[in-house]
Amino acid sequence: MASLRQPLSSLLTVLLLICTEFVHCNTNKRATDGQDADFSVPLEHSFEMDDVPRFRRRGSLEVRGGRENGVSISQGQLSEEDRNMLKEVASVDGLYRIRVPRVSLQADRQSERQIDGYLTAFVRACALVESHLSDVITLHSDVAGSLIGVSIVTIPGACRGVEVEDEVDLDVFNTTLSIMAPVTAPVPETALFIEKMEQEMERKGKNPQEQKSFFGKYWMYIVPLVLFLMMSGAQDQSGGGASGGAANGGSR
Amino acid sequence: NMSALVCRVVAFFCLLRASAAVFEDQVGKFDWRQQFVGNVRFAAFDAHSQASKKLLVATEKNIFASVNSRTGELFWRHVDKTGQDGQIDAMLVHGQDAVLVVGNGRLLRSWETNIGGLNWEVVMDTGSFQTAQLIGLADIVKFVAVLKKSAISLHYLSNGHQKWVENLPDSDTVQYQTVYSSGNGDVFVLGLVPHSHIVVVAYNIEDGEIMKQVSVEAPWITSLDSSCAVVGSAVLLCVDPVSSSLYTLQLNAEGRAEFVHIPLQSLDLEAEAGFHPVVIATQPHPARVPLKEFFLQLGPERFILLQLKDGAIAPLRDFNPANLVAFATTGEKTVAAVMSPKNETVSYFSHACSINLFSADTGRRLLDTTVTYNLDPNGGKLNRLFVLAFLKKDDSVGYRALVQTEDFALTFLQQPGRVVWVREEALADVVTMEMVDLPLTGTQAELEGEFGKKADGLLAMVLKRLSSQLILLQAWIGHLWKLFYDARKPRSHVKNEVTIETLARDEFNLQKMMVMVTASGKLFGIDSKSGTILWKHYLQNVQPNAAFKLMVQRTTAHFPHPPQCTLLIKDKDTGLGSLHVFNPIFGKKSHIALPTLPRPIQQSLLLPIMDQDYTKVLMLIDDQYKVTAFPSTKNVLQQLQEMASSIFFYLVDSSQGTLSGFRLRKDLSTELMWEVVIPAEVQKITLVKGKRANEHVHSQGRVMGDRSVLYKYLNPNLLAVVTESTDTHPERSFIGVFLIDGVTGRIIHEAVQRKARGPVHLVHSENWVVYEYWNTKSRRNEFSVLEQYEGTELYNSSVFSSLDRPHPPQVLQQSYIFPSPINTLEATLTEKGITSRHLLVGLPSGAILSLPKMFLDPRRPEVVSEQSREENLIPYAPEMPIRTEWFINYNQTVSRVKGIYTAPSGLESTCLVVAYGLDIYQTRVFPSKQFDVLKDDYDYMLISSVLLGLFFATMISKRLAEVKLLNRAWR
Repeated sequence: MASLRQPLSSLLTVLLLICTEFVHCNTNKRATDGQDADFSVPLEHSFEMDDVPRFRRRGSLEVRGGRENGVSISQGQLSEEDRNMLKEVASVDGLYRIRVPRVSLQADRQSERQIDGYLTAFVRACALVESHLSDVITLHSDVAGSLIGVSIVTIPGACRGVEVEDEVDLDVFNTTLSIMAPVTAPVPETALFIEKMEQEMERKGKNPQEQKSFFGKYWMYIVPLVLFLMMSGAQDQSGGGASGGAANGGSR
Repeated sequence: NMSALVCRVVAFFCLLRASAAVFEDQVGKFDWRQQFVGNVRFAAFDAHSQASKKLLVATEKNIFASVNSRTGELFWRHVDKTGQDGQIDAMLVHGQDAVLVVGNGRLLRSWETNIGGLNWEVVMDTGSFQTAQLIGLADIVKFVAVLKKSAISLHYLSNGHQKWVENLPDSDTVQYQTVYSSGNGDVFVLGLVPHSHIVVVAYNIEDGEIMKQVSVEAPWITSLDSSCAVVGSAVLLCVDPVSSSLYTLQLNAEGRAEFVHIPLQSLDLEAEAGFHPVVIATQPHPARVPLKEFFLQLGPERFILLQLKDGAIAPLRDFNPANLVAFATTGEKTVAAVMSPKNETVSYFSHACSINLFSADTGRRLLDTTVTYNLDPNGGKLNRLFVLAFLKKDDSVGYRALVQTEDFALTFLQQPGRVVWVREEALADVVTMEMVDLPLTGTQAELEGEFGKKADGLLAMVLKRLSSQLILLQAWIGHLWKLFYDARKPRSHVKNEVTIETLARDEFNLQKMMVMVTASGKLFGIDSKSGTILWKHYLQNVQPNAAFKLMVQRTTAHFPHPPQCTLLIKDKDTGLGSLHVFNPIFGKKSHIALPTLPRPIQQSLLLPIMDQDYTKVLMLIDDQYKVTAFPSTKNVLQQLQEMASSIFFYLVDSSQGTLSGFRLRKDLSTELMWEVVIPAEVQKITLVKGKRANEHVHSQGRVMGDRSVLYKYLNPNLLAVVTESTDTHPERSFIGVFLIDGVTGRIIHEAVQRKARGPVHLVHSENWVVYEYWNTKSRRNEFSVLEQYEGTELYNSSVFSSLDRPHPPQVLQQSYIFPSPINTLEATLTEKGITSRHLLVGLPSGAILSLPKMFLDPRRPEVVSEQSREENLIPYAPEMPIRTEWFINYNQTVSRVKGIYTAPSGLESTCLVVAYGLDIYQTRVFPSKQFDVLKDDYDYMLISSVLLGLFFATMISKRLAEVKLLNRAWR
């Protein structure tokens, strides 16, 4: 109960990025380690002048299965040819697309894993160029651990037409990679509310002063007022002109 | 404890502010309700007394109701369960009682027809229902016989108790279809084995003993229902279309029974090719023998009145052409009413018809019985005729007629052709609707037109201005005169008749045209202020399972171009679509050339691109991802080419679980941009909802307690996608909620509501999503709200682009218990979005709840702090209250509410609401009270007298001061 209450008591319950693990990858081709990478998934990209997607291998995503899904990327440098192509595509406001196969991230499902389609996403090529190849790729999985979507954004995301030095800036990808699994939506928080109510009741019980009614608290003001009103009313009725006048005078 | 007190006070004030009930004198001032019953299946006049004005109807919507035949209004109405359980199988009326068989023969009910009270109800044995019949004995109707597939039972009419029940012999091979009795102590049950023989079983009315059982050879027989009837004294008469002949059989004959064959040719008759002849007979009283006379329908428009006398059949009269026939009985007289087209040369599609009465026993026309009836050219074909006959003082027969047409309309006619009332029962099943602004008045349009035209010389312009101002003056004087004239009349006599000619936009645009599309394919234009039907248009050839999408392509704002609505009708089986383009104000079909749509339509979207005549472009995508634009003028195509790279759309395939995004190319082909696949084996996409295009958000952020601003994430392309798990076990079932950008396919948020199941109702607006689901663990309905915020800094405050918003928004969520199931959910909508929002919840009880959005706010704090108090946040409470003063329709319940439509008005404070289901209810809501309207009881006298008083006081005191100054100067 206490562990549940902790995050919810805060005013701002940010529910995003629960199961994320950021891996800033290096430029070097890292040797795939059999132990910590359970399996790898190819990451492909496409950028063409005629905008007909022709996907080529960009790198591979190494996914650690099990409870704590983690992912890292290993990818190479862009070749001279690719760099020029990317710049050209950017100059005509073409697209840079990526795709990954539909797979399950659950390690035990790997045996039955088969590629039956791809998940695709895109970003404007100029945005990728102007951000000096710094992109954020997010893999989305469902409750059962299958990949359902991929998204790519660049930071910054705008195309401003800034000139880019290709040798320095378009050399290597600076990729931030994460996996997003569904968060559990909250249910009505009854337990805490009841507890709060009980505490309030207890406090009231301890402090008898609280339990007094409105009349109980302010009788010392009400009684004289009522008496006064009654007196003046009675005098008005019983007494004729003279006494009534006196009473009126008194009330002033 | 001080803080608790303060918090309670804050909550109290919040509630106080949110509550908005109707005062007694406001009832019916801004709102109206219309009640419907649905397409009539059975109708009967209450004819037991002369003064009776009841019409009893049982409908396809499982409703039993009594209609006032003088006004067409409902006396009472009983709404039963929807679906098979509440289906009304038969209705039998006798005297004050109406006996209904409900739910495929499961229940037998008797109703008192004056007040609609239940006399009795009996649960019957299972078995599929065939027919029911009133049974009389010795001139008194005492029983009701219910025939099922394998048994017949007899019940007392007075209390429903079963007199006897008997199994039918050989019920596994014989199809029993008809029950017949003439009040002489026998109950005949007729069954058949198709193409072989018919079986006649006679039961004793007292104990259910089988008196006689015969089977008669009839190799030509296929069905008893429409081709056979009992005529005269127990003669079964059948018609065989194949050999084109009639067969008669004496049911109570001694010895071996046999059909007598009478070829139609011997009567000089012939059935029309391809038409199955129908026998129409009548039994005026259940305890007496049926009439000797009967109608034989030989073609769609040919009826013949025949008489069976001593075993021989003689034609009495040939009605050619005739649309409909009906028998009616009053006292001892039975008449035949025949409706025929008036103009004999133009037949079935002729619009003028006449009804005449004929004496049933001779076939002679009765004098002065003609009723002319003009068929609505925009309505459906004739369907059925019901006649109420009565004896006049001079012993002649008078009648009233009820005509049912294919478009579910009921028309009640009186001699000599007056339409007493019309009930449009198609409105019991509204599928979708739009509200369209009314056009300007002629004078306003005149002024507008002046600005629209090109200048043609100074003098002409001056003259034009003068003339238009003269017209305005004239209109104003006319208006004043009308005011003066009306003021002299008593208030109740002033009637504001709304006709299509007098339609004009009011000052605050509160009166609009409601365009309603019904499931039967009939379109209606209804004035939102009064509920008057201003136009109707029946679309023939609409499949019963068609899906409709109504779009406003051009609003009323572009004078002189008329407004234009487009209805996309899509066949659900084939996916083929067709368009109906019409003027929403007058209902007239437009003569614009429509695009051909040979392929199934997958998606349709209304683009913000406009043609030269201000028509918004409708884009239709077929199953091969080809794009059709409507209208597709050169201008439109050019604009589409220019804009192509920024036109994105999405497609959903819920069977595969794929959501895919496409972009338009310059050559109007499309390219796949992104794909999200939610495996359909685990969860199924049930709902995809974007935001409304005409929604405005006034404030970009929320001011928090510490004076910083929390900016809203206002992505117009955001889609809310709801999935339901395929596993329905209460412990493992879940609901998935995804927020997906419709342009980039980026999943913004992904949440799973565990131990929950649908049906999910969802509203998506501004930066929030509210949905309702069933919690399987706690067994209750719950509301959940998701809000998206960019944070305390805006990424790009000037413009929103889905392609340039790299940072994901913060998503907050909170859930609440809702103490009622709901039928439908919608949010209020206002002109500029300044007014606070309310959620309109249609409850199964028929109430419409206006729930302040303030209660559905994920930032409601559990622990009250100084900052949350500053922000006016209500402390979190898990249960959502339902306050009766939040019911915007007070006691005007809307039965089976199915949808709520909201539209902004010209007043920022006011939102127009239409709730539809079985009934239609229209009202206005003021989520933040009427802050921009003076109250009705505003004291104009007081304020003006105070102003005048002050003015004079100033004048006088000024004068006095001057005098005083002068005097001082002289001193």
